[in-house]
Amino acid sequence: MKIHEYQARALLAEYGIPVPPGKVARTPEEARSIASEIGSQVVVKAQVLVGGRGKAGGVKLANSPAEAESRAREILALTIKELPVEKVLVAKSVEIKKEYYLSVTLDRARKRVVLIGSASGGVDIEELAVVDPGKIVIAEVDPLKGLTPGPAAEFSDRVFPTKRASEQGADALVKMYRLFVEKDCSLVEINPYAELPDGSLVAADAKINFDDNGVPMHPEIERLRNDEEYSRDEIEARTAGLSFVSLDGDVGCIVNGAGLAMATMDLIKLFGGSPANFLDVGGSSNPEKVLNALRIITGNRKIKAILINIFGGITRCDDIANGIVMARKKLDMRLPLVIRLVGTNEKEGRAILEREGLGAAERLSDAVKMVVARSKEGR
Amino acid sequence: MSILIDETTGVIVQGITGRDGSFHTAAMIEYGTRILGGVTPGKGGQQVSGVPVFDSVKEAVAKTGATASVVFVPPKFATSAIREAAEGGIRFVICITEGIPVLQMVATTAELAERGVRLLGPNCPGLISPGKSKIGIMPGRIHKPGRIGLISRSGTLTYEVVYNLTEAGLGQSTCVGIGGDPIVGTGYIDLLDLFEKDHGTDAVVLIGEIGGDDEEKAAEYIRTKMSKPVVSFISGRTAPPGKRMGHAGAIIAGGRGTAEAKVGAFREAGVPVADKPDEIPALLRDKLAAKR
Repeated sequence: MKIHEYQARALLAEYGIPVPPGKVARTPEEARSIASEIGSQVVVKAQVLVGGRGKAGGVKLANSPAEAESRAREILALTIKELPVEKVLVAKSVEIKKEYYLSVTLDRARKRVVLIGSASGGVDIEELAVVDPGKIVIAEVDPLKGLTPGPAAEFSDRVFPTKRASEQGADALVKMYRLFVEKDCSLVEINPYAELPDGSLVAADAKINFDDNGVPMHPEIERLRNDEEYSRDEIEARTAGLSFVSLDGDVGCIVNGAGLAMATMDLIKLFGGSPANFLDVGGSSNPEKVLNALRIITGNRKIKAILINIFGGITRCDDIANGIVMARKKLDMRLPLVIRLVGTNEKEGRAILEREGLGAAERLSDAVKMVVARSKEGR
Repeated sequence: MSILIDETTGVIVQGITGRDGSFHTAAMIEYGTRILGGVTPGKGGQQVSGVPVFDSVKEAVAKTGATASVVFVPPKFATSAIREAAEGGIRFVICITEGIPVLQMVATTAELAERGVRLLGPNCPGLISPGKSKIGIMPGRIHKPGRIGLISRSGTLTYEVVYNLTEAGLGQSTCVGIGGDPIVGTGYIDLLDLFEKDHGTDAVVLIGEIGGDDEEKAAEYIRTKMSKPVVSFISGRTAPPGKRMGHAGAIIAGGRGTAEAKVGAFREAGVPVADKPDEIPALLRDKLAAKR
């Protein structure tokens, strides 16, 4: 789960990491009053959950409250990578002497939390890793001891050229790590970590992502969730307990299991069709989930045909069949429907479908070919 | 032969009195797995499917001599169950639970590695040596004893592949689901190594998916260390970047973890990659014939 910069700043501040003064505004008028509160030059920054806002004109300086208001008006009218800007951060513009980079993140390959630092901050770290990897310092955190001041200071000395900066960096890292662990983050990043003329360091921009598995255990983090990260269908699916991702094709898919759901999408593409979504109905199926899945899919007007692909393990084919029957009674099911049903209680499931006059394929390739053909009939 | 488990493996079930735990205990016993007991704290003395329930792993191990444990405990308590198993004398822990916070797995995998206890999963279907033993949730009857080893990050996609193998007359030595989370215990390379050494395995199918770079590393291992043929399938070719595709680990992040990169790595290592699951049996046959 991603959160906005203004939310990330608040968390950093909560953990004692200095950030320039600032607040979030939803209207130009609010931006003006925040700017006059700050009382100096401010930066107005679009709050969107995608990168590249600077290039898109989403970050602007303002020298007066009136100017902050008009900059905010311009930015709030923008759409960045299909996301309309609904909020701006109005923060004190600080004079930056030097930019550093600090982050705490998970390294899958090492199975460790790692610290990443660089004295060349302010740029995209992934780009830097390709162009000039020598400028990046990485260290693993001992998973059983956590990050203690000793190793933090050692790491910091490798990143920062001066003792004063290094001390502040080490202190920030210990706090970032504590935040990372306590809130089940997958990334805590400060970039740039900005050195001001007086030698103090502040988080001039911040990014925090959370491990989706951890979010349910932290209600205060769940409250930070931004629905604009998701499509309307994705939000509805989450409420229904379905794992769902919107794509832009016209073949709706309902599958059990994430790997098989991805493979089904891939096959649709391979056979010349275009998948409209990823949807995993999950392990322990109940008919209600199938009904909800079909409700979401039939609500998408782009969809021309639907494929239900079930390989029953824990999922029982008769539960799925009952869900399909229920959906046909409750929903407008005029779209062509192709069903593939094998595995646990397959016979029972097929019998239920047959009573409704529905057939089911046995082979995945056959079912996919069929649904792709049906999706093209309506064009 | 088979790897990791066979008909002699003694197993306990942690979370045996829960809905999933009790259901799959019955299914595993029916398949022939030596389920010796189960653990649910506070429910010691009860019976589930005719096997005794104990209050702790330590007690269960002492009374039954089990060496493996399968964990069906909810995410909130799963890592303490895994640790309890390792501390209680279990040598091989299989964790089925989905939804464990990744950070908890960082500490847990480190702790188990230190103790020399093998972990499979979490968020995995378990493993099966057909005709001998299954520890997990896969439907037993689609499998058939034979000489193909299978490694996968997914559950139902594995069933799909097994179904095609069995139908084509290619039985399996052992099928192992390593789990769909970003951090799991046993990985591709551990298993490739075990299959390479197993006299009962002639070839291996590796089913990967988007996210991370474990497949790329496996490809390098196959190229440099393996003599037995490997055939692969990668799911997620149509997955958009930045979106988690069901599995917590299935995400293309910062341009890394794409299906394209994985397919490329395997092909470069001489590992054929099937475009469709039903092409796998033919690719295996070609590889096996070329070897003879």
